[in-house]
Amino acid sequence: MAEKMHLKLTVNGKPVEALAEPRELLIHVLRERLEITGPHIGCETSHCGACTVDMDGRSVKSCTVLAAQAQGAQITTIEGIGTPDALHVLQEMFREHHGLQCGFCTPGMITRAWRLLQENPDPTEEEVRFGMSGNLCRCTGYQNIVKAILAAAAELNAAKEAAQ
Amino acid sequence: MNEMTPSREERTANLKGTGCARKRVEDARFTQGKGNYVDDVKLPGMLFGDFVRSPHAHARVTSIDPAAALALPGVVAVLTAKDLEPLNLHWMPTLAGDRQMVLADGKVLFQGQEVAFVVAEDRYIAADAVDLVEVEYEDLPVVVDPYKALEDDAPVLREDLEGQDEGAHGPRRHHNHIFRWEAGDREAAEAAIGGSEVVVSERIYYQRTHPCPLETCGCVASMDKVNGKLTVRGTFQAPHVVRTVASLLSGIDEHNIRVISPDIGGGFGNKVGVYPGYVCAIVASIVTGVPVKWVEDRMENLMATAFARDYWMDGTISATKDGRITGLKAHVIADHGAFDACADPTKFPAGFFHICTGSYDIPAAHVAVDGVYTNKAPGGVAYRCSFRVTEAAYMIERLIEILAAKLDMDAAELRRINFIKADQFPYQSALGWEYDSGDYHTAWEKALRAVGYEGLRAEQAQRIADFKAGKTRKLLGIGLTHFTEIVGAGPVKNCDILGMGMFDSCEIRIHPTGSAIARLGTISQGQGHATTFAQILASETGIPADQITIEEGDTDTAPYGLGTYGSRSTPVAGAATAMAGRKIRAKAQMIAAYLLEVHDDDLEWDVDRFAVKGATERFKTMAEIAYAAYNQAIPGIEPGLEAVSYYDPPNMTYPFGAYICVMEIDVDTGEHGIRQFYALDDCGTRINPMVIEGQVHGGLTEALAIAMGQEIAYDDIGNVKTGTLMDFFLPTAWETPNYTTDWTETPSPHHPIGAKGVGESPNVGGVPAFSNAVHDAFRAFGLTQSHMPHDHWRIWKIAHDLGLHG
Ligand code: FES
Ligand code: FES
Repeated sequence: MAEKMHLKLTVNGKPVEALAEPRELLIHVLRERLEITGPHIGCETSHCGACTVDMDGRSVKSCTVLAAQAQGAQITTIEGIGTPDALHVLQEMFREHHGLQCGFCTPGMITRAWRLLQENPDPTEEEVRFGMSGNLCRCTGYQNIVKAILAAAAELNAAKEAAQ
Repeated sequence: MNEMTPSREERTANLKGTGCARKRVEDARFTQGKGNYVDDVKLPGMLFGDFVRSPHAHARVTSIDPAAALALPGVVAVLTAKDLEPLNLHWMPTLAGDRQMVLADGKVLFQGQEVAFVVAEDRYIAADAVDLVEVEYEDLPVVVDPYKALEDDAPVLREDLEGQDEGAHGPRRHHNHIFRWEAGDREAAEAAIGGSEVVVSERIYYQRTHPCPLETCGCVASMDKVNGKLTVRGTFQAPHVVRTVASLLSGIDEHNIRVISPDIGGGFGNKVGVYPGYVCAIVASIVTGVPVKWVEDRMENLMATAFARDYWMDGTISATKDGRITGLKAHVIADHGAFDACADPTKFPAGFFHICTGSYDIPAAHVAVDGVYTNKAPGGVAYRCSFRVTEAAYMIERLIEILAAKLDMDAAELRRINFIKADQFPYQSALGWEYDSGDYHTAWEKALRAVGYEGLRAEQAQRIADFKAGKTRKLLGIGLTHFTEIVGAGPVKNCDILGMGMFDSCEIRIHPTGSAIARLGTISQGQGHATTFAQILASETGIPADQITIEEGDTDTAPYGLGTYGSRSTPVAGAATAMAGRKIRAKAQMIAAYLLEVHDDDLEWDVDRFAVKGATERFKTMAEIAYAAYNQAIPGIEPGLEAVSYYDPPNMTYPFGAYICVMEIDVDTGEHGIRQFYALDDCGTRINPMVIEGQVHGGLTEALAIAMGQEIAYDDIGNVKTGTLMDFFLPTAWETPNYTTDWTETPSPHHPIGAKGVGESPNVGGVPAFSNAVHDAFRAFGLTQSHMPHDHWRIWKIAHDLGLHG
């Protein structure tokens, strides 16, 4: 077994430390060592997106990032996107539009959509479908996920306008 | 009634009962990442198990040397068949009456088969150790083609069965034969077909595929040696059945086993079976005395657990010149892989394949199915399907299209002529089913109108003319389907799994302050039971759905049930829920009568209360009654307000639907685009329209996957060619179309609330709709049958073989 590395990163706004082997994947460090179990494992081969987290302002599949690559990074997972008392609009809209069934893809979906709406605050349906195509869902057929994301975009934009 | 009293409408709306598009109560935890799936379970001291798997499809195992693995720090144990043999666990019974190796016992029979189980301190060490176990193999001849498996000189795959002429389902006719199963009247069918003016026969293959839920299978087994209790948490679609099987296999008394299904990340049939991983994790926990987790990775999932379909169907259908169907017969070669591990009701080794007369009034029919062993993974599960109904629906809906072409008739018209008529229900099919209710003509006309069918055909004719004139390279396909399903297994008199009747159950406790908890024998894997079963109860008991907790999946607390698959939850457990609710109401009525000092019969039920007939200002609400049930001595009535119902359905339910897919096909690239997909479902009484629509979207997308790209493919020496999500097609948001959903509502006459179930309909009906669209695009050029999946290459090949590439 290789010597463990001392990892320091910021997860959901909080500085955290962990000891991990250099070969360990970010998803495993998050789930096993930091007990952040929102991001899931659906394939470990970068296809499904269940493990999606946000790293330094980009969506990444954390099954394809070595924890060592995340040294010093800012990580946001589903746990950091809303709180029970103040849900993010995306979380509300997924419920409102029935954008989930078994819920296994949902943390990755919402985390990806959260970044997508920052990259492109007013996307077309086509742009949402393309922007979400790295995240697989076996239950919903995507139609209501797309609806939820478009509805969230509209709400966020309306709120922004009202604030100005 | 004074102004403050809510109206009946307001009170009804407040219940959020049956018919309400109630938002889901499950969503809060899932959208916040607080679901609790099996891989989220972490117990003190927990170890990880991982499998050494066979790289060969058929080989003798001459030696297994775990020494190097055991020498690796952090490795706790390596189990092989030799270790399991003294416990008699090196083989296990399958749900289909066969037996299956838990770990390779002398030989391996498919690529990916479990050979040894490594137990280590974490998953990385376990994976390292898997590579260090040295296994010597001696190749044996491989059989992947079920027809070749039945040749006289085919290698014997199951040496353990040599000399056994009798299988679990009657005589075995060959050393690789599992069973023959028949339904209907062969002579009558042959006579009808022989005397007919038009006959078509076709071999229709429904390819091997896989349910592939986003979460793979896994469990955490935990043997508490102090108390003698075994707890197993896992991805179980049928937790009670797992408990009974675990008890029978391990010898641990059933009361000392607790099986828990936590949140399940999709099932689709993948999580019905009992897999070697569960057995090994349990044994490893018993051996080590600490909890052991096993979670398969995606490649293991696709290679080793639960394939679906793989049916070679030779169908023949006959008709008069003007299109009246006279007879149907089918012979199926069913490739079951190395062990018969289908999860069908015991008496039905080919599931409900004999629903293959579909929506049509066919006077004579016969089917025969031969199950065959090959060097492929075991399974044969009902992937979003009620036991081979998908195969049946695909065969009949293809045959209808082929017959229409032969008759030179419009396929919509051919269906219309042959539908079972509304006044024929209950309808006895030639293959032995009693269809409960239906109104096919109404659904069909509604669907054809909705898509503007005549206009589409005119457009298609124009397109063909343009194509022939060299003005376009795109063809238009109109895929029609009218399917009839059979779900809700099932009546105990003929449906059981391992001897356990396929009833289901619900137990309700009303709390003193008028809220409630109900527990069921089923388990949601995304269907939203916590939402919809509360709605059924709300309508039955007058307690708002928001005040009802639904709990499933813990065998220590839930009443015995057969679990969730085959769209059985609504027809069976949903019925149990309604019946238990009615028992609550019956007791509540007696309590209300006492409180109001009237006779029981003087009361009438009014949404959420019992009121005195003719004096409705005198009433007791369910909340008031519940309070009285716990706080007041009532002569002749026991305290408390609880009920339990075990529901044995008198019949199956028969949902149906009309689907139409409009597809553009590029003749030169083989690419396709779904221009429109219209889905009309009739699932009887609709409990939650939002959830139904979600089920239809999801099922149609799985159908799209199967029809247009998904398969588990093997090469000639039994290598799995589709072992990752790179090769195994799961559609993304990009290639999935939008769907239009619609409905008619024909309640089931025998279900307490008339509901039929819907989860699988869109997969059953969707696959033929997509596939028929492809075939229809090429019908004018002479295409009869081309096997799925219709990926770009295969569509290109159709065009090429028809000479359309010039
Ligand atoms: S688990 Fe990372 S993409 Fe599937
Ligand atoms: S909700 Fe089940 S995978 Fe998306």
